[in-house]
Amino acid sequence: MSASEANIPFLELSTQETEPPPLTLRELFWRRFRRHKMAIAGVVTLILIILYSVGGAFFLSEAYSNHTDTSIRLQAPSAAHPFGTDTVGRDVLARTIYGGQISLLIGLSAMVVEVIIGITVGALAGYYGGLLDSILMRVTEAFLVIPQIFLLLVMAKFYAGEITNITLLGRTFSGSVIVIVLIIGATSWMYLARIVRAEFLSIKEREYILAARATGTNNFQIILSHILPNSIAPIVVSATLSIANAITTEAYISFLGLGVQPPTATWGNMLEGAYNYVESAPWLWIFPGLFIVLTVLSINFVGDGLRDALDPRALAK
Amino acid sequence: MGRYIVRRLLQAIPLLFLISLILFVLMQNMGDPLATMGGRHVTRSSDRERLARQLGLDKPVLVQYVYWLIGNDWTWIDMDGDGVAETPGTRRGVLRGDFGMSLVSRRPALEVIGERLPNTLLLMLTSEAVIIIGALVIGIYSALRQYSIIDHLVTAISFVGYSMPIFFIALLSIYIFAVYFKRWGLPYLPTVGMFDPAVGKTPAQVAWHMVLPIFSLAFIYFAAYSRYIRSSMLEVMSQDYIRTARAKGLHNPTIVLVHALKNASLPIVTVVGLDLPFLLGGAIVTERIFAWPGMGRLFLDHLSRSDTPVVMGILMMIAVAVVIFQILTDITYAWLDPRIRYR
Repeated sequence: MSASEANIPFLELSTQETEPPPLTLRELFWRRFRRHKMAIAGVVTLILIILYSVGGAFFLSEAYSNHTDTSIRLQAPSAAHPFGTDTVGRDVLARTIYGGQISLLIGLSAMVVEVIIGITVGALAGYYGGLLDSILMRVTEAFLVIPQIFLLLVMAKFYAGEITNITLLGRTFSGSVIVIVLIIGATSWMYLARIVRAEFLSIKEREYILAARATGTNNFQIILSHILPNSIAPIVVSATLSIANAITTEAYISFLGLGVQPPTATWGNMLEGAYNYVESAPWLWIFPGLFIVLTVLSINFVGDGLRDALDPRALAK
Repeated sequence: MGRYIVRRLLQAIPLLFLISLILFVLMQNMGDPLATMGGRHVTRSSDRERLARQLGLDKPVLVQYVYWLIGNDWTWIDMDGDGVAETPGTRRGVLRGDFGMSLVSRRPALEVIGERLPNTLLLMLTSEAVIIIGALVIGIYSALRQYSIIDHLVTAISFVGYSMPIFFIALLSIYIFAVYFKRWGLPYLPTVGMFDPAVGKTPAQVAWHMVLPIFSLAFIYFAAYSRYIRSSMLEVMSQDYIRTARAKGLHNPTIVLVHALKNASLPIVTVVGLDLPFLLGGAIVTERIFAWPGMGRLFLDHLSRSDTPVVMGILMMIAVAVVIFQILTDITYAWLDPRIRYR
C-alpha cells in the first residue's frame, strides 16, 4: 500500500490543492458525536463502570462476594469492607462488582431480545402491510395498553417456579437471569416495532427498492440488505436507550423481589429489602443505587449524542 | 367526530378481549391460590379437590375464562364431586359487572379494589397536578430565557431525574428529609402510611404523609414534562403569528399564556393523556416504599397469592382507562387545533 501511494504523488497533491475528499459516513458521524461533550463524558463513565465490574473480578473472587458471615452483618464502611457489609455479612463492594456484571449483561441481552422482536414485527408489518400489518399492530397495541411494570410482574411470577441454576464458563448463575432478560425484552419491543414499521413504510416506496425488485431480488433480501441498513439510525438510538431502560426495569422487579434470585447479585436485587435499613444501613442502598443512576445517566447521554450524530438532517461542522 | 369516537370504541373491543385472554391464561398458570388457604395448616388433598371444584379452578382454562367473562349462571356446576352438575352457577361475569370473589378475602373483587382506589387517586392526581403546574412554570420559564443559568440548571437536573429509578430518589429523600431532619432536630416528614394512628385520619395528617411520595414522583416526572414544554414552547415562540401578536402591541403575558401556550400544549396533552390512566394502577414501587395503602400494593399483595379476580380486575380497569384516555386525548387535540379533523 505505502509503495503504491509513494508512486502517485501527483494525485495526492492535487487532492490536497483542490478540496478535501468527502468525509466518509464514519468520519461524519465521529465529527458530530465528538461535539456532544456530555455524550463523550457518558462513554468515558461507561468504560470506567465496565472496567470496574469486569476488572474488579481479578481482585475479588465471586465466592467472596457470596460469602456470608453473620458475625459481621450490617457493618458500616471500613478499611476491610470499603462499602460495608449487608444483612448476612456479605461484602457490598464485591457484590457491586459481580452485580454490575449481571446488570450490564441483562441490559445488553434484553436489548438484543427487544431489537430482534421489534425489528421482526416492525419489518413484517411495514413491508407486507395489509392484513399482516393490522394483526401485528393490534398485538402491539394490546401490549401497550397494560403498563410494562404490571405485565412484567405477572410474567415474572408466571415463570418464577420453573427455573434451575445454570452453569456457564465455570460460574453458576441463577436461571432467573435468563427469564428476566426474556420478559424484559418481550415487554419493551413495542416502541421499536413502531419506529421500524414507520421507516419501512417510507423506504419501501423509494426508487432503489423498485429497482431491486425489478432485478428479481427476493423479499427477504430486500428487507435485510436494502431497507434495514437504511433505517438503522433510529434503531441504533432506540436500542442504546433501551439498554438503560432494561437496567432500570431489572432493578424495579428485583427491588420488588420478583427479579433475579440470590445468590446471584445484581444492582437491583441488592436493593431488595434495603428500604428496611434506610436509616440504620444507608450503604446498603446508596452504592448499588449510585451505580444504577450513573450507568443509566451515561447511557442516556450517549443515546442523546447518537441521536444528534446520526440524524441526517443535522449539519456537519 | 361522533362517528370517529364510535369507531374507535368499536375497534377497542377486540383489543380488550385479546388482552383479557392473554392475561387470564398467564394468571391461571401462575401459582396455586389454594396453597395459602389453609393458613398455617397444610391443605389436605381432599380439601384441595373440594376447594378447587367449588371455586371452579378444576375446569380447563378456557372454560374458566368464559365463566369469568360471561358468568356461569346459565349452566350447572358440580359442587359435591359426584360427576353430576347439579347446582346452578351464581357468577354473572365481567361483562355484567361481576368481577368474581377475591380468592384471598372472599369478598367481591370490585369491593376490594374500590376500597383502595380513592387512596391511589388522591396520591396520584395530586402528584399529577403538582407535576403539570410545576413543569409548566419551569418549562415556560426556560423557554423564554433560553440558555440562561436556570435553563442550564433545569436541563442538567432533568437529565438526572430522567435517569433515576424512583426507588433511589425515594430512599434518598427519606434519608434526607426524615432521618437527617430528625437528627438535626428539624420538623421531619413521616415516611410510612397515610396517617399517624395516634392522631387519626385527619386531612392535615394525610397531606403531611403525602409530601414525600409526591416529591419523589414529581422529581422523576418534572424532568420529562418540562423538557417537552420547553421544546414545544421554543418552537411556537419563533413563529410568525407570535411576531404579529407582538406587532399588534399585545401584553407579553397574553402572548405567552394565551397565544403560544395553546398551540404549544399539543405534545403535552399527548404525554399527559398517555400517563394519566397508568396513574390508576398507582406507582407500585412508590406505594411499596412509603407503605401507601393504594392499588399498587393491592396488586402486589394479591399477585403474590395468585388472586386472579382482583388482579384481573385491576389490569382490565387500567386497560379500559387507557383506551378511554386515548380517545379523550384525540378529542382534546381537535379542540386545541381546529385544523385536525377526524373522519
